[in-house]
Amino acid sequence: MGSSFKQHSVIPGFGMTLGFTVFYLSLLVLIPLSALFLKTATMGWGAFWTTVTDPRVVASYKLTFGAALAGATINAVFGFVVAWTLVRYSFPGKGLIDAMVDLPFALPTAVSGIALTAIYSRNGWVGQWLEPLGIHVAFTPLGVGVALTFIGLPFVVRTLQPAIADLDPEYEEAAASLGAGRVQVFLRVICPGLLPALLTGFALAFARALGEYGSVVFISGNMPMRTEITPLLIISKLEQYDYAGATAIAVVMLLASFTILLGINTLQWRHVRRIHGRG
Amino acid sequence: MSIEVRNISKTFSGFAALTDVSLVVPDGELVALLGPSGSGKTTLLRIIAGLEEPDPGPDGRILFNDEDVAGRGVGQRQVGFVFQHYALFRHMSVFENIAFGLRVRPRGSRPSKAAIDAKVRELLQLIQLDNVGNRFPSQLSGGQRQRVALARALAIEPRVLLLDEPFGALDARVRQDLRQWLRRLHDEIHVTSVFVTHDQEEALEVADRVVVMNEGRIEQNGTPEEVFHHPATEFVMQFLGHVNLFRGRIEADHAVFGPWALQNTDPAKDGQEARMFVRPYDLDINTTEDGRPAVTATVTRIQAAGPTAKFELLDENSQPIRVEMPHDRFRAMNVAKGDRVFVSLKDARVYVEDYVI
Amino acid sequence: MAGTVRLRVSPTKAPQAVRDPAWVRVLLIAITLLFLGLFLLLPLVSVFYEALRGGVRLYFASLINADAMTAVRLTLLTAGIAVPCNLVFGLAAAWALAKFEFRGKGTLITLIDLPFAVSPVVSGLVFVLLFGAGGWFGPWLTANNLHIIFAVPGVVLATMFVTFPFVARELIPLMQEQGSEEEQAALVLGAGGWKTFWHVTLPNIKWALLYGVILCNARAMGEFGAVSVVSGHIRGRTNTMPLHVEILYNEYNFQAAFAVASLLALLALVTLAAKTLVEWRVRANMGQDESAETPTPPGGGMTL
Repeated sequence: MGSSFKQHSVIPGFGMTLGFTVFYLSLLVLIPLSALFLKTATMGWGAFWTTVTDPRVVASYKLTFGAALAGATINAVFGFVVAWTLVRYSFPGKGLIDAMVDLPFALPTAVSGIALTAIYSRNGWVGQWLEPLGIHVAFTPLGVGVALTFIGLPFVVRTLQPAIADLDPEYEEAAASLGAGRVQVFLRVICPGLLPALLTGFALAFARALGEYGSVVFISGNMPMRTEITPLLIISKLEQYDYAGATAIAVVMLLASFTILLGINTLQWRHVRRIHGRG
Repeated sequence: MSIEVRNISKTFSGFAALTDVSLVVPDGELVALLGPSGSGKTTLLRIIAGLEEPDPGPDGRILFNDEDVAGRGVGQRQVGFVFQHYALFRHMSVFENIAFGLRVRPRGSRPSKAAIDAKVRELLQLIQLDNVGNRFPSQLSGGQRQRVALARALAIEPRVLLLDEPFGALDARVRQDLRQWLRRLHDEIHVTSVFVTHDQEEALEVADRVVVMNEGRIEQNGTPEEVFHHPATEFVMQFLGHVNLFRGRIEADHAVFGPWALQNTDPAKDGQEARMFVRPYDLDINTTEDGRPAVTATVTRIQAAGPTAKFELLDENSQPIRVEMPHDRFRAMNVAKGDRVFVSLKDARVYVEDYVI
Repeated sequence: MAGTVRLRVSPTKAPQAVRDPAWVRVLLIAITLLFLGLFLLLPLVSVFYEALRGGVRLYFASLINADAMTAVRLTLLTAGIAVPCNLVFGLAAAWALAKFEFRGKGTLITLIDLPFAVSPVVSGLVFVLLFGAGGWFGPWLTANNLHIIFAVPGVVLATMFVTFPFVARELIPLMQEQGSEEEQAALVLGAGGWKTFWHVTLPNIKWALLYGVILCNARAMGEFGAVSVVSGHIRGRTNTMPLHVEILYNEYNFQAAFAVASLLALLALVTLAAKTLVEWRVRANMGQDESAETPTPPGGGMTL
């Protein structure tokens, strides 16, 4: 009996629901995704390598990676402040602001894209003030960073909020009673406690930014070697009917996001293990 | 309705939860399945209910009134099951919870709306919660939820009532009240009932029969008095109340434990090791030697709050000994912590391998 | 990749003994307001500002336009297919994964999350590889005069792919937490499988289900990258609203682009409002239920 696939249960419907789940998952997700890898396999290593290391492609990696990293970092800093404020303080309009944090999730990316472009273009609401200072946002790598900051914002805030709420004030009180000042309490007690959540939020924002397309294409200007992000390259390869090339780049992107997700899972797993003292 | 369990085993991914268990619950009795966690008592209860399936075996049977119910699904066995955490439907009112079992019946056998209402009202009265019908489970206290769960189980007029740790999630006071209430209720409705508990006091106080379980087997099945005063195995002895263990060996027609020698009825066991179990109140303390064989020991702690005075002693080999005695005797004796005392034997049970003196 | 936010309930009372000094509080609140104002409020307001800049008449004219209406219809059709499909899938998956113990369960949960880890553009690409002219089934489809890529079915498929995990993600953790005791109780009381599901399970998960549907719908209507790859941007035929925004924008018809975008922004606001209402509702329900004490796992409030 020890080798049986499923434990006995009186609850009905296992066969039907699991069957449907696996069927639907395979049809809609697994088979299409495996097509990607099979297509790459027909390419040959040499052709694959040439495609994914083409200077224009490498330039797009640098831009995508760099801008995503910058966006996630900005979000880590300001997201922390936002989450802290929303959990610990009360002020008028807090509920509304809390609800607004999810706007980047809810707003279609194309809309975010054109809105950000309008704001940061030469005569936009923000752009007109930056232009005299010599800061160009729209159609520069900086614009890509702005768009990726926008779409990554909720990840850090929403990951940190429950973690901050779960911080038992007793620890802070204990530290304070042991003579630690507020700054010391923050650096030595609060920060270490929130670090796993902060890292997770950062990684989620980063991973999302790597694949982002809609909010970036409008503000970036799409100049080859300068402001062309990797997802856009996939589209332009497709438009030239270079399926193999598009697929090769897609595989590189997929591997990158899988690696990050694996990292996040490991991080959370280790955190849970440490907290519960298992293993 | 009598319940009979015959040669039932159950394995969970390599772990034997039940090994060849057989048990008869006579009609109308209230039986406790008593044992530590992991002893298989809840598994046995769930198998009777049909919530778990026993391992397939040639002689395994579950009989209700001599009728094999193996082929019947959990919904067809007509058992009332009270879950440990009650499993009340949280989005339904108390009334709807109790009515559920009647309302989900197929149209043909479903009672009329008026009949259901009357039945639920009657049950609410039985559990003394007439005025909470419109409340939701989250608005009730633990004890009230427990009673609602019981009423819900009774609504379908079960042939047997099964309760999984019915008082496990309640605090001490409520537990005590509910125990007595359950006993009275059973005397009133007389439905064959089995309840699972790990609390020996609860089992002894409430049940007609106590089935002591350990590691997937039944150790003893008897009345509360039998299992307490005539434990069949070491496990039962140790599980039901405090006990002192002394090691010794069989020497010809005696079992010898230090100064104590007990008559041995089976000389064939000569030379074997023996273990003697003595309840704290079956030991006696004296400040002076009175001729009876005695172990000398030092008093390390006296705890005189409670129905009896409790002593903790250390003998000459630094083995702890527990002794209990009535307060009047304790006051008359005048012992204090640190005193040397003589411990003598009033009654004991000796175990030699599979046999009991 | 998209984010879903699991139903979360967090106490917001500030602990009195360890409050930050007033100037810190004021400073941090100011930073929060400034940052969110700059990054959230300004883009949102600008959409409506740009849309209405040419006057209300022009605004409505660009919405009543035939191509715009077709885009609205296709968007509704796409969401109308993708959301129910993923709703049924989410219920089935959550039932199988939360109510039973079987081998490979962890792997299955990970696989369900997979579409969140895939860039929208790649999500579209995989369907081009399967059904495009040069794809696996391309020749067969052409021979039978069937069109998936650069046609409505491709748009629907790509949308289903990117919105695939939303409902399941909300239901699985909740149903795992709720366990199956209530279902067992219903079965013992004689209820059958469907009755148990309708009368016991469904009422217990209705808010999470609604929450998942709201998020799923928002994404289905707003998806751009994946749909952009498979649609072929055929005006009046395979354009969803977001794609129509792009076309108008690239034609320098900014006013019309923002007019259509404003509809999508309204959808976003409705989504946020509905989502917040559900959260309030759940919080209120939990307030009277002690099961609310279950703590949120650290960093577990969200998945890609």
